[in-house]
This record gives sequence, structure tokens and C-alpha cells, in this order.
Amino acid sequence: MHPAPSVIIFTTLSGLGFGLLFFLGLGMPDVTGWTAFWFFVIGYVLAVGGLISSTFHLGHPERAIKAFSQWRSSWLSREGICAVAALLVMALFGAGLVFFNSTWQPLGYLGALLSLATVFTTSMIYAQMKTIPRWNMPWTPAKFLTLSLAGGALLAGQVTLAVILLVISGGITAATWAIGDGAFARSGTDMETATGLGRIGKVKAFEPPHTGTNYLLREFVHVVGRKHSQKLRIIAGTLAFVIPVFILLVLPFSHVLALVAILSHIAGVACARWLFFAEAEHVVGLYYGKR
Amino acid sequence: MTQLPTSTQKKLGLVIDLDTCVGCHACVISCKGWNTENYGAPLSDQDAYGANPSGTFLNRVHSYEVTPLATSAKPHPAAQTIHFPKSCLHCEDAPCVTVCPTGASYKREEDGIVLVNEKDCIGCGLCAWACPYGARELDQDEGVMKKCTLCVDRIYNENLPEVDRTPSCVRTCPAGARHFGDLGDPDSDVSQLVAERGGMDLMPEQGTKPVNKYLPPRPKDDLPEFDVLAPYLEPVAENSGGFIGWLDKALDKLPSKGAN
Repeated sequence: MHPAPSVIIFTTLSGLGFGLLFFLGLGMPDVTGWTAFWFFVIGYVLAVGGLISSTFHLGHPERAIKAFSQWRSSWLSREGICAVAALLVMALFGAGLVFFNSTWQPLGYLGALLSLATVFTTSMIYAQMKTIPRWNMPWTPAKFLTLSLAGGALLAGQVTLAVILLVISGGITAATWAIGDGAFARSGTDMETATGLGRIGKVKAFEPPHTGTNYLLREFVHVVGRKHSQKLRIIAGTLAFVIPVFILLVLPFSHVLALVAILSHIAGVACARWLFFAEAEHVVGLYYGKR
Repeated sequence: MTQLPTSTQKKLGLVIDLDTCVGCHACVISCKGWNTENYGAPLSDQDAYGANPSGTFLNRVHSYEVTPLATSAKPHPAAQTIHFPKSCLHCEDAPCVTVCPTGASYKREEDGIVLVNEKDCIGCGLCAWACPYGARELDQDEGVMKKCTLCVDRIYNENLPEVDRTPSCVRTCPAGARHFGDLGDPDSDVSQLVAERGGMDLMPEQGTKPVNKYLPPRPKDDLPEFDVLAPYLEPVAENSGGFIGWLDKALDKLPSKGAN
């Protein structure tokens, strides 16, 4: 899959932002006034910034409002609705904390739930794709949710929880890599089923339809990511999980070091997210004799 | 509405004969020609006359080489070249329809055709991700998703002569490799053809239930046991009279090597 920068920025930042909003909704940390204000600003900048970035890859972003209509069948539509609902509810809850010094806790719980639901619906956009076997498994939502929670805990300053969640999300991320590597072969889709010619024998692409490239090849066939997959996994894992856990567990706590842990985590998640797209193989590549 | 209809009154679709297709790409050209100036936005090209041309097509012809498995009778079977036209299969369980967030993609209840309402399309590309066949292409100039309409603006068009009320690719094919009809009706010509020739689905494991069917190619290196020309090479003079009859009999009587 083509790793579109807009979608990588969106899923990375929004995941973190909604993770932070989740913990703020639960009252972790229990802040009011200006401190609460700055926590909510960070959460909203990340969540909304990501959402805005996601519209950059649309052919017609001016019609984006129509995307709220098909929640009965479309995970993308559900994601839009959850995101707007989460942001509205958390804005009310945040206003209570910041301006009225009062905790409207039911709103906080609802906002936390909607924040998690947003991350889940995002992950289901990818996990539902039968055409991309690497994504088409329950581990994909597990990865998105735990990464969002780990990043959220890190931003919310929940040190113990952050360490636990970083270890869990790191483990799940590694599992998605290991399981994902054999997913395409296990899916049972190959050039023989794609062309129906398997009953005769082994199929080989002889001539592509056109001498030039096309939308399908640009969007779905991307080989650079797979070439460096192992190196990128080590870089992503070190930045996203190993360094933050080391800083939180081993080094004495300081705000500067916490900032380093957060930045390292964000860089690692962005790297892993790039790889999530870049090494995902779409079955349509088979028609071109490619993966 | 991007929920799929539970059933459709008709299942209009194509039957493509891989045994007959000669790979001429006439269907590709006629499809582009008709659809760039009719239903919806034109099918744009980028850098059409430059070094790196690319463009939107609703129908593309691939070519494959298939090597049959070796058997004791044929230890070195000859490879076959198979030309393979591919366009939207108008699936019964079309995954491209249900992922659409705006309702732009839909499957028609009356005839099963999968269409895009381009005024509602935001160009997110998710339907192209969901399609295993590469049947949908996002037009680079218009920013909307393009796909085969089964020439919905021809098949019901009473301004056209009746013979032309069929998809442009079918009307054009010089080899008769493309057939159009109602695959939901077991008595239709196309359904009969599918039954007779063992028509098949592409990627059945994806669970999309494609309406379009492909007819498998026949083996190319299996000559019949008898010599097809033999009947035409048999002596033809039988019970002939006159001078030729006398000559035939007289020559038969002469001894010769390899006489009958």
C-alpha cells in the first residue's frame, strides 16, 4: 500500500490525542484550571490536527460532511461520527474543569468511551479489508487501541500505567508483525485464484495491460517498505517502546526526560505506522504479477 | 445508501470467454471512448504524449502465460498465452459499496449494476482498497472514483438502434469473446453459456460473489486423435463412368508398390 503522509500523520497524532483525551475523561491526571487547559489543548491539537490532515488525501474534501451519513455499513463513516461526538463531549467536560472548576464525571466517562471508540473505528477501517490480508485480523484493532492508550498514558503523565501499556502495546505490535508476515500466503489468494487459470497450471504475468503505470499500481503496489522491513521494525520498536520504558523505569524522573520519552515514542509510532502501510500487500497486485 | 440490496431483480453482467479473446484491446479503447464522453466525469489521462503516460481505464486487458502441470503423457507441456480482460464484476456482495462513507457507491436493486454517484464521492479511495479486482480507479483530474457502469447509458437507451443497446466493449469485440445478459435468469443465453462451458468466478475465496463469469480456455496443444484433413484427402472418384472411370479401373489393375 502507498504510505500516504496525510494518513500516517492522521492515525499517529489522532491516536495519541484520543488516548490522552481518554485518560483526561477518567480524571487521570485530576486537573482543573490552567493545568487542565493545557492538557486539553495538547489533546485537541493532536486529535483535531490529525483529523484535518486526514482530509488532505481526499479528492473532494469540501464534500466531507456527506461522510457522516453511512454509519450503518461504513467504518469510515462511524469513525467520523465517533470523532466529532468525542470532541464535543470532551469539550464540555473540559470546559467544566477549566472554567467552572467542577468535574462533570459522567460526561468524562462518556467522552473517554467515545475517544476509544474513535480509535477502534479507525482501526476497523483497516482490519475489515479482506483484500489486504496483513491487516485483516483482530490484532489490528488490538494494536491501534493499545498504542493509543500507551501514548495517552505517557502524555497524561501516568508513569506506572504507561510502562505497563508500553510493554503490552510493544508485544502486540511485534505479534502483528510476526503474524502479518504469513497472512498473505494463508489467505489462499494467489495468481491462480485471481485469474481462475490455476486449474490449467502455474500462472505467470506475461504482459501488463499498459506500458505505463496506473492508479492501482501507485496506490497498492509498494515494495520499498518491505525491502527494509526488518531494519525499520527494530528502529520503530526501539523508539516507540524500549527507549520510553527505559527512561521511565531506570532513569530518575524529570520533565525533560519525560519529554524525550514522549518524542521518542511518537517518532517510533510514526515509523511503525509508515511500515504498516508500506509493507501491506493488496491482492490486486497479483493481476500484475506483483505483491 | 451503501447497504447492499438483499436481492436484485436482475443480475446484469458480462461473460468473458478466455478461449476466444485474442488480446486486441479493442474493448479497452471502445470503453474509454464511450465512457469518457458519456456517464459522469471524463476518463482523464496524465502526460498522455510524454515519457510517463498514465490514465483512467474501466477495462484493462492483461496477458498471462500458463504452464500446464507435467504429466507422464506430456512431460513437457506447451505453455499457453491467455489474454485476460478485466473490469468491474458487479459483485452480489460488493465490498466496495459497504465501505463507502457518503453513500456515493451503490448497487441497483433493479438490475444489480454497481454505480458511483459522482456528486457524492469525496474521493477517499476506500472502495478501491476494498475491491480485490482493481476495478475502481480514482480519476486524477476529477478526484472522483470511476468504474464500469455496464454502459448503463447504452443498454436502456432507446435513442440507439437495438443492436447497440449492449455495453460498448461487447459491441466492439471482434472475436465475440464478450457476452452481456442477465446472469440471474438460468434460461438466458449467458447463463446457458456459463453452464455449458464451466464458467468460473475470480477469487471466489474473497467472498464477493461476482456476477461476471469467465469461461476457461480450452487446452491448446490437444489435437484430436484423428487427422482433421484426412476426410478431404480420400480418393474422390467413386462409380465414375466414361473415360475417367475406365482409366481409374485400368490403373488400379496395374501392379504397384503400396497399392490399396
